[in-house]
Amino acid sequence: MQLNVNGTAYEVDVEPDMPLLWVLRDELGITGPKYGCGVAFCGACTVWVDGMVVRSCSYPASAAEGAQVTTIEGIGNPDALHAVQAAWVEEQVAQCGYCQSGQIMTAAAFLQENSNPSDAEIDDAMSANLCRCGTYPKIRAAIKRAATSLQGE
Amino acid sequence: MGIVSKITRRTLLVGSMAVAGGVAFGIYAYKSPQDNPLLDDLTEGEAALTPYIVITAAGVTLITPRADKGQGAYSVQAALIAEELDVDLDQVSVDPGPPSAVYYNTALANEALPFSPADQSNVANAARAVADAAMKFIGMQITGGSTTVADGFTKLRAAGAIARETLKAAAAQESGHDASQMRTERGEVILPNGERISYARLAPTAAKMRLPENVGLRDPSSWRLIGKPMQRVDIVAKSTGTQTYGIDLRFDDMLHATVRRNPANGGGMASYDASAAEGMRGVEKIVELPGGVGVIADNTWRAFQAANAVEIEWADPPFPAEMDAHWATLSRSFAAENLNSRPLDAGNVEAVLSDETIELEYRAPYLAHAPLEPVSAVVQVGDGRIDIWTGTQVPRFIQANIAELTGLKPDDIHVHVQMMGGSFGHRLEDDYVLHAVRLAMEVSGRPVKMTYSREEDMAHDYLRQIAMARVRGTARNGQVHAFDLSIAMPSVSESQMGRQGLSLGETDPIIVTGAGDQPYSIPNYRVTGYKAPQLAPLSSWRSVGASTNAFFHESFLDELIHAAGADPLEERLRLLNDATARGVLEAVGDMSNWGTPMERGRGRGVAFSRSFGTPVAEVVEVTDTGNGIRIDKVYVAADVGRVVDPVNFDNMMKGGVIFGLGHAMNCEITFANGRIEQENFYAFEGMKLYQCPDIEVRALESGPAVTGIGEPPVPPAAPALANAIYAATRQRLREMPFSKFVTFV
Repeated sequence: MQLNVNGTAYEVDVEPDMPLLWVLRDELGITGPKYGCGVAFCGACTVWVDGMVVRSCSYPASAAEGAQVTTIEGIGNPDALHAVQAAWVEEQVAQCGYCQSGQIMTAAAFLQENSNPSDAEIDDAMSANLCRCGTYPKIRAAIKRAATSLQGE
Repeated sequence: MGIVSKITRRTLLVGSMAVAGGVAFGIYAYKSPQDNPLLDDLTEGEAALTPYIVITAAGVTLITPRADKGQGAYSVQAALIAEELDVDLDQVSVDPGPPSAVYYNTALANEALPFSPADQSNVANAARAVADAAMKFIGMQITGGSTTVADGFTKLRAAGAIARETLKAAAAQESGHDASQMRTERGEVILPNGERISYARLAPTAAKMRLPENVGLRDPSSWRLIGKPMQRVDIVAKSTGTQTYGIDLRFDDMLHATVRRNPANGGGMASYDASAAEGMRGVEKIVELPGGVGVIADNTWRAFQAANAVEIEWADPPFPAEMDAHWATLSRSFAAENLNSRPLDAGNVEAVLSDETIELEYRAPYLAHAPLEPVSAVVQVGDGRIDIWTGTQVPRFIQANIAELTGLKPDDIHVHVQMMGGSFGHRLEDDYVLHAVRLAMEVSGRPVKMTYSREEDMAHDYLRQIAMARVRGTARNGQVHAFDLSIAMPSVSESQMGRQGLSLGETDPIIVTGAGDQPYSIPNYRVTGYKAPQLAPLSSWRSVGASTNAFFHESFLDELIHAAGADPLEERLRLLNDATARGVLEAVGDMSNWGTPMERGRGRGVAFSRSFGTPVAEVVEVTDTGNGIRIDKVYVAADVGRVVDPVNFDNMMKGGVIFGLGHAMNCEITFANGRIEQENFYAFEGMKLYQCPDIEVRALESGPAVTGIGEPPVPPAAPALANAIYAATRQRLREMPFSKFVTFV
C-alpha cells in the first residue's frame, strides 16, 4: 500500500490491519511516535492523519492510505522548531521525554482549533495523554507560552 | 556543607579510597588504582585525562556514568565536570561511557547499610568506610538511590579541575609560558599574550603529562554553572522526536523480537504449541525460553501477534495465587521469629501504653514501576563478543550475567547504555536482557531488537513491596506521648540482590527505612521491622522502603497529634530534633499560610520525611466537592545542601510529588489466579493532567551534605494527601490506593 508521511510517499508491503505505528517505526524508521500501551490509552503514539489526531498504535495502516500522515518529525526539527516545540524547549518540559512526542502532537492540533484556550480547556484537551514523570505543570505552561507565540504570528 | 578546597589526584582516581584506608579490607587489592576502560578504546591521536573526560581532535566528551532515565542525570553530571574544566554544555558531547569498575557508586553502598545517610555517628561512618571498600570490590556502576549528585558532586568537579590544570601544563610546555599566568575558557587555554589554544590541540601533549597531585576546587561564589538555571543537553531532542531511546535503535539487517512468559513473574511453562504461530507472516523463529517463549520476526507487531498465537499452558505461580494470601502472610509475620530490626526504642513504650491506646492497621499495596517506555534490548552476537544496546541502571550486572550465560569473558560483553524513557527503578533488573541474548544467539551475527509488549512489561515488573503496619500510641497533655510502629514486609534486598547472587545480610534496613530513621524526639518511640516470607518478586521502586513507611509513620503521627488536640505542623516542629528538618517544615508552613482558616469542605494536610539524606515537607490542600476529592494545591520544600540546577530541581520536585500522589490515589497491583490483574495503563492510571494540582516548590540549601532529589519528594506525598482528606472530611484513609474509599475528581 502507499502511505504519505511528512510529505514523502512510501510504498509498503504490510497487512492492512498492521497498526500505523508499527509501519512508521519498523518499516519506515520514523521513530518519533512511541509505543507505550498499544491500546490507544497513553497517547505516546499520537500522530495526525489529514490533520486529525489519531492514536497510531490502534489505527490500521490501511485507513491512512491516500491520506497525509504527519508525525512529530513533520512539524519541525531541531533547526526549525514548531512554535509548540519551541515552547516545550523554553519551558524545559521533558524529563524522560518519552511521552512528549504525543503530548506535542496533541497540543499542536489543539492550538490550531483553539488559539486562546482557558485552563479548563487545556486540561480537557491534554488529559488523555499520560506522563509517568509528572511533567503536567510544565505542559500547561508550555501550551500557554505556545498560544501566546502563535497569536503573535 | 563540607567544601573541599584541596583534593588529591589519588582521591580522584580511587574515589573515597582514602576514607577506606586502614580498615580491615586492606587485604584486597584496593590500594592500586583501578583499570581505566577508556584507555583501551582510544584511537590514535586521542588522549584520556580522567575516566570522566575524553578530549580528541573532534572535541571534548564528558563521560557521565550515571544513567539518564529522565532525571536529567547527563546534564547535571556534565555541568559538574564543565564547571571546573571551563567548557560549556553547548560545546561538548555527553556519553554514558562503557561499564567499568572505575564508576563504582560510593553513595549507593552507604544507603544499603543499616545506617541512614543522615546518621553521622562514628559507628555509621566506620561502617560506611567498610562498605565503600566492598562496593568498590563489587564495582557496581549503578544508577539509583538518588546518589548521582551525592556521589559525583566532588568527584566530577575534581576530574574537571585536574584535567584543566593538566591542559594548562601542556600549554606551558608547548608555548614556554608560565601555566600560572594562563586562563581557561570555553575549551581553550588563554596564554598571557592573549593567544588561545584549544583543548583538542593540547590533548596529545596533555596525554604525556603527569597529572597534578593536588588541585584546588573553586569557591562556590565563582561558579558559572552550578546553582544557575541550565538548558538540559537533551531538551531539544526530546521536544522534536529526535531523541533516540533504546527502543528506537535500528541496525542494518536487524530482526525484531518479543517474549511471552508466565504472567506470574518467575513461574514456569508446562507445555506449549507454536504450530499456528510458526506459519504467521514474518515469523523467523519461535524459541523456548525459561518460563515461556520468544518470537523472532521481521517486525515488532508481527512478533507480538505471533507470541499471542502460541498456545501455552502455564505452570503454577511461584507465590500465592490470590491476593488474600499475600495479606495473610504479612499479617502472620508480626511474630517474634520474624523480628528483623528495631532501629528505634526510646523511653518505655510498653510501660506507658494504657486503655487510652490507639491501635490501628495500615496497608500499602504492590505497585509496578511502569515507565512509559517498555523494556527493550538490541543484541548482536558476534565472533567472541556480544554487543548489547539497552537502557539500564546496571550495566555491570548485565556484563557479569551475560558472561555467565554465554561462557564469554565479561570484557567481551559490550554494553552500550541508551537513553531511557523512564525507569523509577524498573531498569535495575536485567532478566529481559538475558532473554534478548538467548534470542540473538539463535540468529548469530544478526542484530535482534527484543521489545516487551506493555502487557509483558507490566506482568514482569519486579514490584514495589507490599507492606502492612500495626501501630499503637497515646497522647498526653496535648502532646504525642508514645508512638509504637511495627512494619511487616518481605525483604526487598533479599529479593532484588538475591537475583544477582548477592546477599546484604539477614537484616534488611529497607523494612524500616522512612520510619525508624526520622529525626523526631518522641518520649516513648519505637519502630520495629518484621521480615515476611518472600511473595511476589520485589525491586526498588522510587524511594523504596520510605514509599510505604513514610505513609505509615506520618499518617499515624497525624492521628496521634489529632488525638492530642495539637496542631499537625506545630507539634511536628516541636518533635523534630534537627534544624534542617524543621527548616523544610517551617518553609511549607510559611508557603501555605498554615493555620489560616479554610472554608467548610476544604482541608490541609502536612507530612515530613527524610529519605536519602534529604528532608522534604509537603502541605496538600484538598476540597471535598460533593462529587469527590479535588487536590487543589501542593507546597513542597526540600533541603539538598546545594542545588546544582534549579530547573531540574523544580522538575524533580514536581514530578516526585505527582508520582507520590498519583500512585496513592489510584494505583495497585493485585493477583488473581496467579496473575497480575492490571495488564495495562487503563488499570494503573496514576494522576492525569486534569487532576494535577498547582505545585509550589522551595529549595533550601542549609543541609550539611549535598544530597539527591530524584526520590525524596515521593514519600511525604501520600500521607500529606491522606491527612488533608481527613482535615476536609474527617475520614481516615489507612490503606492505599485511596480510590478504594474515596473518589477523586
